[in-house]
Parts: sequence; structure tokens; C-alpha cells
Amino acid sequence: MKYLALILANLFRKKIRLLLTLASFAVALFLFAFLAVVRDAFNRGGDVANASRMVTINRVSIIQPLPLSYRDKILRIPGVQLVTHDNWFGAVYQDEKNFFPQFAIDTENQLKVFPEFVVPDDQWNAFLKDRQGAVVGAATAKRFGWKIGDRIPLKTTIYGGASAWEFNLDGIYHGKRLQDDESQFWFQWDYFEERVPQHFKGQVGWYTVKLDSPDDAVRVSKAIDAEFANSPNETKTETESAFAASWVKQFGNIQALIVSIGTVVFFTLLLVTGNTMAISVRERTGELAVLKAIGFKDGTILFFVLAEALAIALVGGLLGLAFAYFVAIPLLGAALNGLLPNLILDKSMLSAGVGFALLVGACAGLLPGIGAMRLRVVEAFRRI
Amino acid sequence: MVSVNTNGISEALIQVRGLNKTYRRGGEQIQVLQGLNLDVDKGDFVAFMGPSGSGKTTLLNLLGGLDVPTSGTVSVAGDEITHMSSGRLTDWRARHVGFVFQMYNLVPVLTAYQNVELPLLLTRLSRSARREHVQTALAIVGLRDRAHHFPRQLSGGQEQRVAIARAIVSDPTFLLCDEPTGDLDRKSADEIMALIEELVAQHGKTVLMVTHDPLVATRAHTILHLEKGALVEGKARQSVGTGGAA
Repeated sequence: MKYLALILANLFRKKIRLLLTLASFAVALFLFAFLAVVRDAFNRGGDVANASRMVTINRVSIIQPLPLSYRDKILRIPGVQLVTHDNWFGAVYQDEKNFFPQFAIDTENQLKVFPEFVVPDDQWNAFLKDRQGAVVGAATAKRFGWKIGDRIPLKTTIYGGASAWEFNLDGIYHGKRLQDDESQFWFQWDYFEERVPQHFKGQVGWYTVKLDSPDDAVRVSKAIDAEFANSPNETKTETESAFAASWVKQFGNIQALIVSIGTVVFFTLLLVTGNTMAISVRERTGELAVLKAIGFKDGTILFFVLAEALAIALVGGLLGLAFAYFVAIPLLGAALNGLLPNLILDKSMLSAGVGFALLVGACAGLLPGIGAMRLRVVEAFRRI
Repeated sequence: MVSVNTNGISEALIQVRGLNKTYRRGGEQIQVLQGLNLDVDKGDFVAFMGPSGSGKTTLLNLLGGLDVPTSGTVSVAGDEITHMSSGRLTDWRARHVGFVFQMYNLVPVLTAYQNVELPLLLTRLSRSARREHVQTALAIVGLRDRAHHFPRQLSGGQEQRVAIARAIVSDPTFLLCDEPTGDLDRKSADEIMALIEELVAQHGKTVLMVTHDPLVATRAHTILHLEKGALVEGKARQSVGTGGAA
């Protein structure tokens, strides 16, 4: 590429300015990646949701429990293949900062309803035989350095009791897909039922219903809610993805917040880099005029300016994305202590980030580039 | 041979016929050049003199295809450039014109070598062929040993030599020099003029130069004065003189 020396020489003309412009791109792309990852984590529930699964909660709130007796009634509704139930345990390990999701599960149906989670057979069988047994996701096991056979005390903040609940770690599950949540801690619902205070007994947090066919979703959800209409515990049944979406809404409109911040970042960056490129072109008016005088065409002049802007955008953007990928997101994941599922900066986000950087670079370089392209040599020489 | 009174067909390298240039400043029309005729043969060295605002630089810009006349024509080696499109004119400049400016106008972030190489980037020459051309041009101006110096590391005279090397590296049909010694001390100016004379005498270059300096102008074969938008023949240094075709 015979013009490379000229483009590079112009790029490094003002080193401090180059560094600051690169830094502004790096910060913006870091923010972009960071926000995209957080948004993705919030929306992950919808992404991993199975179209054949529905969630039934108490119509008042998910905090309100439902009677265990609903299970058999739901199971009798045509189109329902399986029903499982969970209770949120809300305990901490050793310290309040060591939070992760724990569920009292229906051991009979858990893996049938959630086939994306895989537990080795021997570990699962050991768990079924151990009333105080527990199965934990690989991420949480790694986080606390747990291994099979460990005794794990958890202190619940919901179900009272001065002493911790103790569990034996019998198994470690893995998700089949990268986005599957590997932070959960499961233990037997029977053990939970045995130890909770009397007024919690016979109640579950929510039901997860597996359908014969996703096409039955609307009919079955209406049928379930109709079944318990006008009862003390009316239900609200929705698809797993709708449930995940309404769960996210509890935190506010994350999507709108992230898009707003992203938009502000985009336009701020556009102004900063556009201004930088404009100054850079303006101070080179004489040189550009000479290039045009000796035979460089308008398109080539535009190419020079755009190439500079795109090179800055690409290098700065990659620096920001690399920082997000290797440093910031792992640190955020550690700081959140499993509050959000896996924080993943995947290839599509990285590609979108590079595309975003190049778009800003092209927009920022275009106006000054067109100005340089249209520069009239005679007028430029008159000005310098 | 240089002639300012011709308006018919000639064999001259550069033929200017009925050249007019009018500017509009505010509501006022300013006629800079008025029906100018000029013939310049290959190998001629012409100096244009005249007071500020007489149209010397405007004429140079028109001859170099940097500006378009209000009316009239400029033909160079048979190509009538006044009606060329902007793109074609750019290509034509790259092939036929070498520019030397008063302020050198080198790209400060490029070395002398890279500055001289610039016009060759527009050609299809290989990297090694470009290197050969650049080294030859730098040798002609006596700066081969400064090839990797940046303009800020060179004196004014040396910078102008680099600019001249840039102007001749692609072997253009003619050179346009706008006050080439205007920013130099007398000694450096003499050296630059000796170099331009050498380009004319030994390399057969055609040079058209604008200058305010009578001493510099006397180095040219022909001196033409621009007065009120018209060309007037001046005193010739050599017998080549003016008016042969008049």
C-alpha cells in the first residue's frame, strides 16, 4: 500500500492528540461493551428460555407462595407434560457478600424440565439418596473452591433459625450452552419442607410447567389461571421468556437506560473525533493543497482523511474492547458475586463494537474529508 | 523562443490565446488578465515580473491548470487544458507540471525522500523504480545525503532544493516557480537560481517563474512584465530574447 507511509506520518503528526483521541475511542468502546454485556446479562433469561416452558406464580407477586396442592391440578390440564416447583432460599455462604441463587427443587422433575443442565449420573444418584445433599453450578463451585464431598453451611435470611443449614455437596452441574446459568445451588425440597417454620410448609415459590407443544402455550396458561381463579391464591401463568422479561422490568427499563447512555456516548464521541479530524485537516490546508496541485485526486484526498479517522477508530476501539474483555468484565463478574448470570462479551458484541467504532470513525472523518476534497487549490494557497 | 504578441497557430510548447481572468470582489469586477497571448517554446526560461496584484500568480495558476480562465485558452504540448474536467486536469498536472512554491510547501512529517517520492505515488512505477527516480532527483539538487532528513532538519535553501527535486522527479513538461527565492537569503537564492539554470541548460527543462527580484529575473532567458493585466516584453539576458514571432 504505497500511501501507507503518508497516512502513518499524518497519524503520528501530533502524538498527544493522537493518544487522547485513541483514549476517547477506547473509553467509549469500553463503555459500549460494558453496557452491552450488562444488558445481555439482564436479558439472558429471555435468551435461554425454552418455548415449551411456562412459569406459574402467585398473581399478587412472586414473593407470595402457592400451595403445593396446585401441582397435581396443573398436571391434569391437557397439554401439560410435566410440572416442577422451586422455592427461593435466599441464603448466604459465610458472609453476606457471598450471595448466589439457591433453590429447593423437585428432584423428580428438575432435570426433565430443565434438560439444559447436566449432572453426571453417579453424582445425581448420590444427591437423590442424600437428604442434605446439594448440587451446585460449576461457576459457583469454582468461585468458592468447592469440591464433591464438601460440607457447605448456608445461612438463610428468609426462613429464620439461628443455626446454618448444612449441605453435602454431591454434584456439580454444567450448562449445555455458554449462556446457561451455572451459578445455582440446588437442594432437596423435602429437606426444605422438613426444616422451614410451620407457616411455610406445603408451599412452593413457583411452578415451572413443561408443555407437550409450544403451540399450546396460550391455551394452557389461560386454563391454569382459570383453574385457580377466585381462589385465595390466584395465579399468573406466562411463558418462560415473558417471565424473564417481567423479572428484568423489576430493575427498571434497563434496555432504555443502556440505549440512552449508548446514544449519548455515540454523539459525544462523534463530536470529539469530528472536531479533532476537522482541526487536523484545517491545519493541513496548505499540504492538502500541494497534494492536489501535484496531481492527487479529490477521492484520494478523501481517502487519506477517512483512512486516518478509521485507523484511529479501529485501534482505539480495539483497545477499549480488549480492556473490557480481559479486565473490566471479569472484574465486574467477580464484584457482582453471581448476582447476574455469566457476563459474556461474545463475538457478536465484539463485532458490533468494532462496527460501532468504524461507523463513528467514518462519520467523524466524512465531513472534514469532504471539506478537504472540495478544497480549491488557488484559494488554499491564498490563505496560507 | 518566447512571444507575447502571437494570436495565430504556432508550434510553441505553451500557447496562450486571448486569456482573460476576472474576479468578483464584493460587488466589483476586477479584471486581472486582459486578452493575454503568449508562446513559450520547449527549453525556454521565462521570468514574469510586475507589481503586487498585477496577475503574475494568477497567470501561473492558469498555466498550471490550478485555476480556470474567464475566457481564452491555454494549450500545452497540444493539449487544450482550459476545457478539461477537474479530474482530467488533475491527471494532466501530475504528468506535465512541476510546481515550486515560495514557502517550499513540503510535508513536514515526511522525509526529504518521501516528499520527493510523492508525485511518483501517482504513477505505476514499482517501489525500486521510484527509489531510483527519487535518488536521481535528489542527486541533481545535491541533497542525496539528506534523503532521510525531515524538512525541519534542513535549511531554507535545502528545503527549496527538495521542493525542486519533487517538482522534477516525474520529469514534467515544464516547471512553474512562484517566487522560488522569495523566502531565501541572497546566497541561497543564488544557489537555487543556479540550480534552475542548470535544469534548463543541462536537462532541457522549460521554466516559467514569477519573481519580484530583478536580480533573480535577469537569470531567465526572457523577462516579461505584467502591467494592468497585459504582458509587456522586458530585457532579455541572452540572445534567445523575445518577440521573435511578434
